[in-house]
Amino acid sequence: MTTRAWLLSDTPASRRQAIWGRRYQGWLALKRNPLAVAGLVIVLLMLAMAAAAPILATHDPGTQNLANRLQPPSAEHWFGTDELGRDVWSRVLFGGRLTLGMVVAVMALVAPVGLILGAVAGYAGGWLDRVLMRVTDVFLAFPRLILALAFVAAMKPGVESAVIAIALTAWPPYARLARAETLLVRNADYIAAVRLTGASGARIVLRHVLPMCLGSLVVRVTLDMSSIILTAAGLGFLGLGAQPPLPEWGTMIATGRRFILEQWWVPLVPGVAIFLVSLAFNLLGDGLRDVLDPKQR
Amino acid sequence: MRARARALAATAASIPVTLFGLTIVTFLIGRVVPIDPVLAVVGDRAPQDVVDRARLELGLDQPLVVQFWHYLGQILSGDLGRSVMTANPVTQDIARYFPATFELATAAIILAVAIGVPLGVLAATRQDSWVDQAVRLFCLAGHSVPVFVLALLSLMVFYATLHWAPGPGRQGILFEDMVDVRTGLLTVDAALAGDWPAFRDALRHLAQPACVLALFSLAYIARMTRAFMLAELRQEYITTARAKGLSPLRIVWRHAFGNVLVPLVTVLFLTYAGLLEGAVLTETIFAWPGLGQYLTVSLLNADMNAVLGATLVVGLIYVVLNLLADFLYRVMDPRV
Amino acid sequence: MSEPLVTPLVTIDDLHVDFPARTGWQPALRGVSLSLGREKLAIVGESGSGKSVTGRALMRLLPPSARVRAKTLRFDGIDVLNAPERRMRDLRGGRIGLILQDPKYALNPVMTAGQQIAEALRAHQSISRREAAERAVALLEQVQIRDPGRVARAYPHELSGGMGQRVMIAMMLAPGPDLLIADEPTSALYASVQAEILRLLDELVDQRGMALILISHDLPLVSRFCDKVVVMVGGRVVEQLAARDLAQATHPYTRGLLDCLPSLTHPRARLPVLARDPAWFA
Repeated sequence: MTTRAWLLSDTPASRRQAIWGRRYQGWLALKRNPLAVAGLVIVLLMLAMAAAAPILATHDPGTQNLANRLQPPSAEHWFGTDELGRDVWSRVLFGGRLTLGMVVAVMALVAPVGLILGAVAGYAGGWLDRVLMRVTDVFLAFPRLILALAFVAAMKPGVESAVIAIALTAWPPYARLARAETLLVRNADYIAAVRLTGASGARIVLRHVLPMCLGSLVVRVTLDMSSIILTAAGLGFLGLGAQPPLPEWGTMIATGRRFILEQWWVPLVPGVAIFLVSLAFNLLGDGLRDVLDPKQR
Repeated sequence: MRARARALAATAASIPVTLFGLTIVTFLIGRVVPIDPVLAVVGDRAPQDVVDRARLELGLDQPLVVQFWHYLGQILSGDLGRSVMTANPVTQDIARYFPATFELATAAIILAVAIGVPLGVLAATRQDSWVDQAVRLFCLAGHSVPVFVLALLSLMVFYATLHWAPGPGRQGILFEDMVDVRTGLLTVDAALAGDWPAFRDALRHLAQPACVLALFSLAYIARMTRAFMLAELRQEYITTARAKGLSPLRIVWRHAFGNVLVPLVTVLFLTYAGLLEGAVLTETIFAWPGLGQYLTVSLLNADMNAVLGATLVVGLIYVVLNLLADFLYRVMDPRV
Repeated sequence: MSEPLVTPLVTIDDLHVDFPARTGWQPALRGVSLSLGREKLAIVGESGSGKSVTGRALMRLLPPSARVRAKTLRFDGIDVLNAPERRMRDLRGGRIGLILQDPKYALNPVMTAGQQIAEALRAHQSISRREAAERAVALLEQVQIRDPGRVARAYPHELSGGMGQRVMIAMMLAPGPDLLIADEPTSALYASVQAEILRLLDELVDQRGMALILISHDLPLVSRFCDKVVVMVGGRVVEQLAARDLAQATHPYTRGLLDCLPSLTHPRARLPVLARDPAWFA
């Protein structure tokens, strides 16, 4: 039978078929939501553009040309030039690499670590769980940007510091999420069954508990991306993230901000870029939530 | 009643633990700073004996735990150290700058609630109509705009182009220092003094940053209101209310919204706490002399006492707001 | 109040109700016809048979996305299908009451029992708040609640299932309707309380000369209290007869329901299983 029929079959013959069938149905449900599809397209487009920055850029992002400074958008400079004569379009492209790279780095750090911490604490219970709760309470007691500010202050301002600082503020919700899901699942009969067959705690957590968290995790990660992008840009804007001349979007807005009245493209183009990526992740996350967690609609 | 008091006491008891954790975090950050704190105080050209004496005075030769103990004692007695930048005690600086942030955040939350809540209710009662889709899109967009970009745009459009709003700052030059400081909230002080021109001026300056700051929270509040309302409108008691022949207005506001109020208030408190975060960025653009401005300037000057002091205060406010939200939830919901 | 009406109170002729589904329209009622005077009618069926939908269609309480068509759908001469919404609001509560299954969910959690009853009163009569509150307490007494003042001040989650259901009854009887639709009023209650509530309903309906539509899945329970029984399967009425003639039912579904009940007086070695004919559900 055709692949589609195999995926949509009501009576899957193997576990693989059931899993892939469910994923395909989820994909179909997502496709039905035009806003979510728009979000997905934009995210993929942005990622592709950032990856292909060297090819798509029309100029070198760092080359200054003071004679050509603050030029409005034209055929040669698609988004004009900034205060040092650099091409805004190319800078935004490479800045996308920076910003998206920072965000992905944060996620890659935070999601696995937070998940495992939360799942272990939730499964083990007892004092381990209580300690984790207190620690997450403390971190959640600060507004994210302000805590990140304080962390960056303790390190040298720069991309690495910003990534670490944001990661340090971003992990608690994932630990909480994993813990909540673990608590729901911990006393289920099938977990008891697996334990009876002699599985170790680690194996139970990894192979049986964590997969249950995946749905909420994906939704959370996608929605959080938007928030992390805004925080990273905020740090850049305050001069605590990527330092000039790096073309990070927030930094570009900070250095270009005094030209807002006459040469508005200098700060606004990176601003729109931030908005678009953030919006795209929000749209996608929203659509994913409708698919994976429908009672929240 | 007794169960409620007990639950509240349990929540309140966890506060000191959280605050203790907060102080540990700020202490550790302060000690991890690459800049030698002694040099930050005495300058890097001081002679060695001055540096040594300062190190002894600051207690930096003691083991870390002893240092923390001193730090904790200082905090509890209300001493947050002295700001390197302004040479004032940090507590004094914070007391001076906090009212401006409070005024801004409060104005923003009032706007966000006044517009966001009805918008959310409207969208929920017309689910899937174009009104609903428009509101949903607006909420998503509003939650995606970086607040500092919005602030810049707003200045460009409403100040430079349309001349509707005054420029950055809290008040016009003419009105500087003209109003007695009683609460620190310019609008309130001007109203109390009966100085209506000053009141109008303060309000005009407050309007733009408050609107910009409000948008992010407005989007979130509208969205949460909509979600809560949709969940309530699906409940059985709404069918009962319809079966009683009640008017749609009454069903939506007295019944559905009455049940939404409780979780919504919690959301409002948490949003208010989040406004403190947005204020940091908004204040820099509008030259608003508040806590956020103080924090960022201290950061750029590596004034660790000020930074940590302000961070601790913000953390404290956040914790208190959380506690209040929890308290209000228990008071308002008859089921708890 | 007990003089026979010339025209029936309720006339339903060929009622079709469809709900939107992903693949078109999903039929819930496929041509239901029944009529009712000032008597007690039981609608019996399993989940999905359409019995609740029938009751709600009569009050026009179905979600706006539902498609309702009928040759006739009348209450006391009023054309329910085409009446303006204002008129329907007067009907609902004022002339037709609806009692739902589980008071835990069917009562507003943040309003006291007394407030909800008073609200029902004030929706249809212009009386003062104080008077409404007093009448609410009196109504609670009528539904045999022992401490009506305390219950009036209580929130729904503080009441037991039986008490909650009595509050529901008081609330729906408050404006003095002519017809009461009870949608599985005892299904969420303990068996011991079920009979009490039904007896209470029975008394009140008789006292006030009301008509009653009792919707349930429990055939023997309702046949004791009602005058007529209507059996529904798959959105259609398959049998209509007087309650006392139930033992002479002809439709295989009804017979199946009757036969699968265990009996103390005629014990059988093996209980028969209801055989479902797919034709009933097509």
